[in-house]
Amino acid sequence: MTHSRSSTLGRRAALARAGGYGLAAIAGVLAARDAAATPDSARDWLSVFAKGSPQSGKVSIKAPEIAENGNAVPVTVSVESEMTEKSYVKALHVAADGNPNPGVASYSFTPLAGKAEVQLRVRLSQTQKLVAVAEMNDGALFVVSREVKVTIGGCGG
Amino acid sequence: MSEDIKPRVRVQTKAKKGELVEVKTLVTHPMESGQRKNADGKLIPRLIVSAFDATYNGKQVMSAKLEPAVSTNPYLSFFVRVDESGTLKLTWTDDNKQSWTSETKIEVA
Repeated sequence: MTHSRSSTLGRRAALARAGGYGLAAIAGVLAARDAAATPDSARDWLSVFAKGSPQSGKVSIKAPEIAENGNAVPVTVSVESEMTEKSYVKALHVAADGNPNPGVASYSFTPLAGKAEVQLRVRLSQTQKLVAVAEMNDGALFVVSREVKVTIGGCGG
Repeated sequence: MSEDIKPRVRVQTKAKKGELVEVKTLVTHPMESGQRKNADGKLIPRLIVSAFDATYNGKQVMSAKLEPAVSTNPYLSFFVRVDESGTLKLTWTDDNKQSWTSETKIEVA
């Protein structure tokens, strides 16, 4: 009697433990999903468009240091360029390294734009870095990154 | 739902030759990210404005590819250098290939 009872308890304990592990595993999966984008994946996403090694300079990101609401963070990205037929910004890619997906937007310009500057509003799920890569018409790449602290994430649950 | 979607454009209609004109645009679009779940715990399918295109007198000015990380009612501003009077044509296209266009005339004095 006592034996069977203890074995029942043992089973229960084992089940509880298994449940605990199950939950931990689920939590692990969720955490992994939430942190799907990493600085590496952001770099990979950018490298699809911008092949080569970018240097710093020319590009700048204007964004609030602390964004209270991650649902719409105003961001201005600009690239120094004359925007003439000889020298202009061909493309501009923006990525965020802490969102479920790293990509944010990519733009392409012609000299007719006159100025390579765009403003947009971005969803940020957590405190993370925004990365912008500019590609000039001669193939030169420029990169900049900027951290934005996010109080309330904005990707929905 | 799609009936409520309409683009808004703010741009000066008179400019000097060679002036850089700032174009501010916004589309009222939900930009469903594909990450959110409904009450039953099912993922709401992604539906975003994924492409934007701007031409002036038929000449390409800029275009954009947007990802789900762009906010609801996507706001976008950019510049165009105007050397002659013309029409600024903006086109937005969403995942369902539905598109919206807006045309604004700019007069160069």
